[in-house]
Amino acid sequence: MLMHSGTAFRRIHLTLREIYFTGVMSLIIILVSGLFVGMVLGLQGYDTLQRYGSSEALGILVALSLVRELGPVVAALLFASRAGSAITAEIGLMKATEQLSAMEMMAVDPLARVVAPRFWGGVISMPLLAALFSAMGIFGGYLVGVQLIGVDEGSFWSQMQASVDFREDIMNGVIKSFVFGAIISWVAVFEGYDAEPTAEGVSGATTRTVVTSSLAILAADFILTAFMFRGA
Amino acid sequence: MSRTSLDLWVGFFVAIGLVALLFLAMKVGNLSSSMSGETYAIKASFDNIGALKVRSAVKSAGVVVGRVSDIRFNSQSYQADVTMSMDARFKFPRDTFATINTSGLLGEQYIGFEVGGDEEYLAAGDSVKKTQSAVVLEKLISQFMFKQAADSESGK
Amino acid sequence: MNDDPLVQISNLSFSYDSRPILSGINMTIPRGKVVAIMGSSGCGKTTTLRLIGGQLKPTSGSVTVDGQVVHQLDADSMYAMRRKLGMLFQFGALFTDMTVFENVAFQMREHTNLPEAMIRDLVLMKLHAVGLRGAHALMPTELSGGMARRVALARAIALDPMLIMYDEPFAGLDPISLSIVGELIRKLNDALGASSIVVTHDVQESLKIVDYVYFVSEGKIVAEGTAEEIRKSKTPYVHQFVWGEADGPVPFHYPATSYAEELMGTVS
Repeated sequence: MLMHSGTAFRRIHLTLREIYFTGVMSLIIILVSGLFVGMVLGLQGYDTLQRYGSSEALGILVALSLVRELGPVVAALLFASRAGSAITAEIGLMKATEQLSAMEMMAVDPLARVVAPRFWGGVISMPLLAALFSAMGIFGGYLVGVQLIGVDEGSFWSQMQASVDFREDIMNGVIKSFVFGAIISWVAVFEGYDAEPTAEGVSGATTRTVVTSSLAILAADFILTAFMFRGA
Repeated sequence: MSRTSLDLWVGFFVAIGLVALLFLAMKVGNLSSSMSGETYAIKASFDNIGALKVRSAVKSAGVVVGRVSDIRFNSQSYQADVTMSMDARFKFPRDTFATINTSGLLGEQYIGFEVGGDEEYLAAGDSVKKTQSAVVLEKLISQFMFKQAADSESGK
Repeated sequence: MNDDPLVQISNLSFSYDSRPILSGINMTIPRGKVVAIMGSSGCGKTTTLRLIGGQLKPTSGSVTVDGQVVHQLDADSMYAMRRKLGMLFQFGALFTDMTVFENVAFQMREHTNLPEAMIRDLVLMKLHAVGLRGAHALMPTELSGGMARRVALARAIALDPMLIMYDEPFAGLDPISLSIVGELIRKLNDALGASSIVVTHDVQESLKIVDYVYFVSEGKIVAEGTAEEIRKSKTPYVHQFVWGEADGPVPFHYPATSYAEELMGTVS
């Protein structure tokens, strides 16, 4: 698989096209869910924090939970069901309708022409989507916490800045989303390429993509978290 | 979908993705305020560091001037040896007094620098001589209780 | 033109797992001819094409294309060999995410560095040859079955192959499209100076256009000959096939225990 990735970069337009289909097409769902998750965090977080009289810490709560966990994980789960399933279905259908066979007979390697660009498109899109999700979520938390409930704006941002560390929290979040992107894309292209070339085969493979990649994301999240935030 | 509009969309997507990352780094994280530049290390030993952690803040007059970079237990002195990396822009006199403070009643712990009057400055590798340990809340409460008990005893 | 045949299949056997599909087939595809492989569904016709294209490896025996033994080629020479082949898949197998134009241009873009203007001219020429120059901007989903088959044909001849293989080119076509495709196969073959292999079970249509016919049944060649010989053939299997009789050497009934026994027998 990696051996065939050369084409994905030499002919960057193939990969750009996949970034369009996986990344740009997932924008709406990612932005809207990010906003709502952030707003819910704002409400719930405020409710809990104000019992201990520390509602100014709302910024920390919203930012840390989004940047460290919810951003990468929820964005990845959404990405798996939106883009991962689409990749599997597309490759599976190409296989079922003999398009992959036809490509092989035309002396074009489908791994290089079809599979690798989709894989890299997913890997590149995922961290950007996760960052957008987190940013949107923090904005949602700000809307609810500051604009709606009336937490002090200054302490919301300054407390957040004081306790969110760039390397420790943000970079680790980005690394997580990279790993998730690789997992989803790999599962998706594998299931598509491996699908039974029939209608049932493709729909089964699509379901398996969502289930397998979601479980793999959650398991990988636990492992990565255990390594990354052990000392902190 | 023509090739140019596809390119534009992908460019737009990558651009707003990077802006979101930048927003997280600058506005949410502490990349802008953290010392990206040079630092120098100074040491201090405390009897008790409480809940101080690596990357806890070092503040002077309430402003972050450095961060804790290492905490070790010293088996000779039975003290905690704390190494701090200080922002190279700030210098402190040799008789600076390091205390472990708590932000708010239950907040994070940080090291506070109370500046002395010495003419010479702390250089890289130097140690802060005068330190004060963390206030342990349980100790404070039990002292208060004993004092109350002793007062009421003598008052009889 | 040299005299040696373009494709030589000798003593070819192939089995999926342990299920034999082909056993000991010999075929010769001479240069410039259109050869049909006929037989009932599932008799291994498509498998033969895949063996020629090198997508499957024979269990024993060999396929020689233009002097090269296919299954002994390494990946690079295999791809080099395939550039000289064109294949029309059963339902066209057009790339559904590209326009008709891009489908035909696909191989030119992948394998050549031709300038865009030349690719455009070549693609329009190929599409003109199948009568669909006006449809170049359509997506494959907007085409009828017959049109899709013709576009796939234009794509198969995009790089002027020396061997064109057709997998069931007539399946699912209305009578008009059927004879259009049939005529195209013959015309394109002669115009390109190529050789063609047509895998089909449409006897009447293909007998009109082919030079030579092989009949395959249960993995073996049961009859061969020119179109005229086949029509007159007295071989029971060929006779049944050509005249489309329901019962004959190919039985109507799936193998079963005796009818009377099954109905009258005690229920165990």
